[in-house]
Amino acid sequence: MDELKLYTYIAVFGTFGLYFAIAIWARAGSTSEFYAAGGGITPLQNGMAIGADWMSAASFISMAGLIAFLGYGGSVFLMGWTGGYVLLAMCLAPYMRKHGKFTVPEFVGDRFYSKTARIVTIVCLIIASVTYIIGQMKGVGVAFSRFLEVEYDTGLYIGMGVVFFYAVLGGMKGITYTQIAQYIVLITAYTIPGIFISFQLTGNPIPQLGLGSTLADGSGVYLLDKLDLVVTDLGFKEYTTAKMGGTLNMFAYTLSLMIGTAGLPHVIMRFFTVPSVKAARASAGYALIFIALLYTVAPAVGAMARYNLMNTIEPSAGQNLEYEQRPQWFKDWEKTGLLEFSDKNGDGKIQYSADATKNEMVKVDRDIMVLANPSIANLPNWVIALVAAGGLAAALSTAAGLLLAISSSISHDLLKGILTPDMTEKTELLTGRVVMSVSILFAGYLGLNPPGFAAGTVALAFGLAASSIFPALMMGIFSRSMNDKGAIAGMCAGLGVTMLYVFQHKGIMFIPGTSFLGDMQADWFFGISPNAFGAVGAIVNFAVAFIVLKMTQPAPQEIRDLVDNFRSPHGEVAAAQDH
Amino acid sequence: MENNNTYWQENLRLILICLVIWFIVSFGFGILLVDELNTIRLGGYKLGFWFAQQGSIYAFLGLIFWYSKKMNDLDKKYDVE
Repeated sequence: MDELKLYTYIAVFGTFGLYFAIAIWARAGSTSEFYAAGGGITPLQNGMAIGADWMSAASFISMAGLIAFLGYGGSVFLMGWTGGYVLLAMCLAPYMRKHGKFTVPEFVGDRFYSKTARIVTIVCLIIASVTYIIGQMKGVGVAFSRFLEVEYDTGLYIGMGVVFFYAVLGGMKGITYTQIAQYIVLITAYTIPGIFISFQLTGNPIPQLGLGSTLADGSGVYLLDKLDLVVTDLGFKEYTTAKMGGTLNMFAYTLSLMIGTAGLPHVIMRFFTVPSVKAARASAGYALIFIALLYTVAPAVGAMARYNLMNTIEPSAGQNLEYEQRPQWFKDWEKTGLLEFSDKNGDGKIQYSADATKNEMVKVDRDIMVLANPSIANLPNWVIALVAAGGLAAALSTAAGLLLAISSSISHDLLKGILTPDMTEKTELLTGRVVMSVSILFAGYLGLNPPGFAAGTVALAFGLAASSIFPALMMGIFSRSMNDKGAIAGMCAGLGVTMLYVFQHKGIMFIPGTSFLGDMQADWFFGISPNAFGAVGAIVNFAVAFIVLKMTQPAPQEIRDLVDNFRSPHGEVAAAQDH
Repeated sequence: MENNNTYWQENLRLILICLVIWFIVSFGFGILLVDELNTIRLGGYKLGFWFAQQGSIYAFLGLIFWYSKKMNDLDKKYDVE
């Protein structure tokens, strides 16, 4: 076994051992501990747990790569996936925490005094969470197969086993403490390569400052200016100004991601674990600090990785790399099929160009930008091993949070809340564990047999949360008179419009050939891409809800009193435990 | 009840201030006005690009902590802790 592999085994199985130890220490004994960690998590701890819960395999592995190739256009992910926390901190979390229940469907059901509203929310939640979890399971399988060279399937089974152990045993309590550990693992694994690379390229070890610094090669040229020059020379769009679609598309995309973030149940649920309204507000701030640590490093990692890649292939203008002299990482990633070279002009050198007829780097998978980054920059082996453990921590922590959201909505909302209300706490706890186990098997199955639509699913999850759940919660809190019929009609309309738009451009259930308008930019409504359509769905939701409200009876007095009650922290209960 | 009402009104005012700033730093500086701001430089960064990839995130952080502090004061003032 070579040194790198040994280090990787130590890093991956060392962190797994840590998660097991935490799981045994933090077993859940009651439904309150299982769903909301007994309401005793401090804001600082909760902030870290939200950070790990939120930052998925996509944030860790894919985002910097997306930014590397999109340049300025990639900003929608940076602003979109952080700006939602402002909405959470001010518009949602404090009041939902005050209401003091365990789940998002439960809040919607109480506020809109309607089982139908609760069921609609459960459906939205399950679709959004299941689509999201497929990506995490794939991330686990991919991380194992790349770094440890085990089969994708075997990697997936190991990942399922680890999540099973701490999520089923510990519920929200076990998940929370494990996520705190996973946050530390993933942020260390992400920032250390960033610091190394920033220091190598610019002499400034802080990536956020390095990105705005001059290159350390003595030329005195700013890194970003050099990058702009290099990419435009090869015919690509200028890095710092390349838009994604038009301005309106970027606006709608950012807004969709922001309100989608604020409407994703597995994130909102985490705010039910803290002891008070005050702590809920503070949690959002701490969470964003921990998230911002990664999100402000990511653009530096992206730009620097792109620069390193270009520089490796073409160290100076016209001096292209001989294919036979390509570095070891190039060969390694060629084996995985994520990097492909084809010598079109037969000169034995590598040409990288925006012109498809001349470009010989026929495939450069964007995920490589983070995964291969340490090797491209010649970083020590232990750093590469750390990236493997970090990627797994990011995927596992998000998967666990999603599993909890799914199992609580089935065992607590559907079974206990609607079908069999006389269930005892002990039975409910057992049911919660059984449902969680089944969910893990189901998620694992989907990870092994990813449905054809897997690629488009994360966008769908955000679209659903943005167009259905977020507006319902906002109206529930900010309008005292919003009634059951308005909320239900709004949710269905928002959801319907968004799904219709996504399906008509991407195919029904993403099946190729079933899209009836074609996935061409020319067909898009005002140039808004399907991924960005959640914001439009949300507007439809609000509009339909208020029109229906005008035509029907407003919410009764006891509901208005309920709203007044959760708008003020006065008389709050220490933790959600009225069950 | 009356007390509760003014507490909520003051809360709404704070939220409105925060969301206006939230909108300006991200959608305003980062997207709508990005080309104009890019003519100004912040070290190696074009200013619009900096807001889109760094500045807006720092502003979001500042907003949440400022709001959180103001609300704690408000909770004390109206005795609703």
